[in-house]
Amino acid sequence: MCGIAGLISTKKIPENGARIKKGIQLMNDRGNGLGAGYAVYGIYPEYKDFYALHIMGSTKAAMEEARGFIARHFEIAFESEIPVWNKKIKDHPFFNVFFAMPRPSLEERLPGEETDSDYVVSKCMQLNKTVSGAYVCSSGMNMGVFKGVGTPLDIYDFFRLDEYSGYSWLAHNRFPTNTPGWWGGAHPFNMLEWSIVHNGEISSYGINRRYLESFGYFCQLQTDSEAVAYLIDLLIRRHGLSITEATTVLAPPYWSTIDRIADQEEQEALMFLRTTYEQAMLNGPFAILTAFKGGMFSLTDNTKLRPMTAASHNGYTYYASEISSLYEMEDNIKDVIMPRAGQPIITRFETETACA
Amino acid sequence: MELRFDQPVHQSLFQPTFNLELCDGCGECALQCTFNEIKIEQRGDRKIPTANRRACGACHRCEVTCPRHAIYIEEKPLALRKHGVWKANDVKRVHQQAGSGAVNLTGFGSDSELPVYWDRLVFNACQVTNPAIDPQREPMETITTLGRKARSKQEFQPGKNRSKLIRLNMPVVFAPMSYGSISLNLQKALARVASEKGLLWYSGEGGLHEELYPFSDHAVLQVASGRFGISPQYLQKALAYQIKIGQGAKPGIGGHLPGEKVLPGISETRMIPEGSDAISPAPQHDIYSIEDLRLLIYAIKEASDYKPLCVKIAAVHNAPAIASGIVRAGADMIYIDGYRGGSGATPSIVRDNVGIPVELALAAIDQRLRSEGIRNQASIICAGGFRSSADIMKAIALGADAVAIGTAALIACGCHGCQRCHSGKCPWGITTNDPEISKRLDPEWAYIRIKNLVEGWHHEIKELMGLNGIYDIASFRGNRLILRGVGLSEKELSILGISHAGE
Repeated sequence: MCGIAGLISTKKIPENGARIKKGIQLMNDRGNGLGAGYAVYGIYPEYKDFYALHIMGSTKAAMEEARGFIARHFEIAFESEIPVWNKKIKDHPFFNVFFAMPRPSLEERLPGEETDSDYVVSKCMQLNKTVSGAYVCSSGMNMGVFKGVGTPLDIYDFFRLDEYSGYSWLAHNRFPTNTPGWWGGAHPFNMLEWSIVHNGEISSYGINRRYLESFGYFCQLQTDSEAVAYLIDLLIRRHGLSITEATTVLAPPYWSTIDRIADQEEQEALMFLRTTYEQAMLNGPFAILTAFKGGMFSLTDNTKLRPMTAASHNGYTYYASEISSLYEMEDNIKDVIMPRAGQPIITRFETETACA
Repeated sequence: MELRFDQPVHQSLFQPTFNLELCDGCGECALQCTFNEIKIEQRGDRKIPTANRRACGACHRCEVTCPRHAIYIEEKPLALRKHGVWKANDVKRVHQQAGSGAVNLTGFGSDSELPVYWDRLVFNACQVTNPAIDPQREPMETITTLGRKARSKQEFQPGKNRSKLIRLNMPVVFAPMSYGSISLNLQKALARVASEKGLLWYSGEGGLHEELYPFSDHAVLQVASGRFGISPQYLQKALAYQIKIGQGAKPGIGGHLPGEKVLPGISETRMIPEGSDAISPAPQHDIYSIEDLRLLIYAIKEASDYKPLCVKIAAVHNAPAIASGIVRAGADMIYIDGYRGGSGATPSIVRDNVGIPVELALAAIDQRLRSEGIRNQASIICAGGFRSSADIMKAIALGADAVAIGTAALIACGCHGCQRCHSGKCPWGITTNDPEISKRLDPEWAYIRIKNLVEGWHHEIKELMGLNGIYDIASFRGNRLILRGVGLSEKELSILGISHAGE
């Protein structure tokens, strides 16, 4: 059991974390203090064209090694420690942010690193794998992931999220069960612009992970949810699926439903997605909320074994595991959306042109 | 007088024993025994059955059909002094060979004591954090597609994707058993079940009998080294084709259908003279290299309007590299066969000493194709002694797309494993086409038995998926986190790609 909350201003009006904190804190019973985290979009406008690499180092030495790794592979425009308030949580890893651009010209890159995005993915994987004790928490532009072991309030205070201003917020309250509660295993999980928070357990993780490996993604964070972030990056960014196609892959219609579709073209397209991406399908109960640079979308499993609700009001869309949390974020909500099993709820910024 | 001390030639290992208090001398047992083990003798005013102790192979036909339940089969081996190295089978083999000076033949799959890894693997189950799914109440799908799949959406071509993949209702196919090695009745029963249940049946190297034409849209027809029964029409009829390179029970050697089994129907279907031995050479004489295989793959594809093509190999040391070559040569399916897979006739020295456990071969092939990024280009069908739905699902979790069952289907139709398939006298009418004996296998009954087995396993497969919280078999396939090993070494675990129980 975990708690999820999200908030997005479709007009990109920035705000600090006060409202999302209220929303996630209301669902304290959905976590147990062993993990919480936030993802915020729009926080680094001055470096918005650089990859903001949030690095977690379990020791100073690990952070030094990570810095060396990044300096070898990227041009660093600016770097700094991520400010923390460690009066309450005293035993914690170190966090730095690096605003970086890929360094080598195209000729020097390895196969599969041709685009800047592919290069960043490849280097994040390499860093997680080869630099002992250091992990990439987030790697998107103009956004960041802040997460760790503690309650949502602990982590909020630790990372001083009052002081950040963003137009799209994700929050997560963790109740770890099958995997350890550690700083790298807290949500959100991120790859480039994609950040996800997840409530549930992925029974298909074993094959999702092996599938991702054949595309150069290696799950290092001991948590099934990590695979979802990589799957979304693979499907939408690399393979060019629309959001609805990607959610169809992750929570596909039953074969019995596909067989009943009368429109031959639609049926054929669905069958193609189903057979091509069967190893990317998620089994088990889940509710997932994904933030990206164009907006936010939620998804539940095919039988909706985990809750997800949403509501739109006055240029904002709110997402939460529980309806009460929606009202905690915005008191004046009129209509609450309760999506059907497997049905995504997609919100886009008004200024963005449709990309799906 | 010739000196003979060995048991097998003069004395069979088994013997029917008659309870003369129950026996009414009806003589049914003597009629049922196709090996002339039982004679009816007149003793006074009574007819009583007696056993020769020459030929009994423990097929249990007499025991099961005796209307008075007056027969049971006893094991009668010589009471050899126990020895840790010279076990009864070793002594027997030497005796037999010293008598014959020939190669010892046997049937069935290997019974060697090498580990059966399926027995060392256990499944996970949902507890608390993840709800198990009840297949009686929730949708549970086992639909499996075989063939060459796309790697990404960018390969989508509207209107062209529909026919390329083979769709099965569950990940099970019937292993290749040729008309000739098994009876037409049984082949028909298998074909009927495959058609009705949305599975596949493989023909084996025996051609396609006319009576099986109605079931050819679920058939995978074989092109093996003997090229028996192949015609332009044969290459048009099936759903898919299989090139047989090797067989698990006899890797590296060819097939042999004894002349005794080449009866009129078989002679016609295989296009060979009646009574002649049908000998398939060890290699295909037009395939001496991987590039030759590629030529044959594309020759068959050209002739068959590009139906999916499967290549069957035995599980041997280098299977992963061979599999990679086969996929790159253009095959759409790889069929990997282990030494526990049945055979009509095979030298026991080959069956029991050649090839590697299919579990390890399967795990290594799946991983190899993934590492090379070509796993999507071919489906893997795993075969070789699958005994239960649990074995099947363990193979699926290791990475097989589907599993082939052969021996289990024969057992479903009455086979008791007497291992005399090559004799042409199968008392159950399974591996014979002798018109008198083969009519013992009622095709309708065989169809129902095989159908029942498939349905039972289908239920169990859904249970195993449900208790792992998985509603679609695609999420079970290759999902090695579902498995744990018990009592396996680090090396075995690493090849299987699984953790040890307790980890």
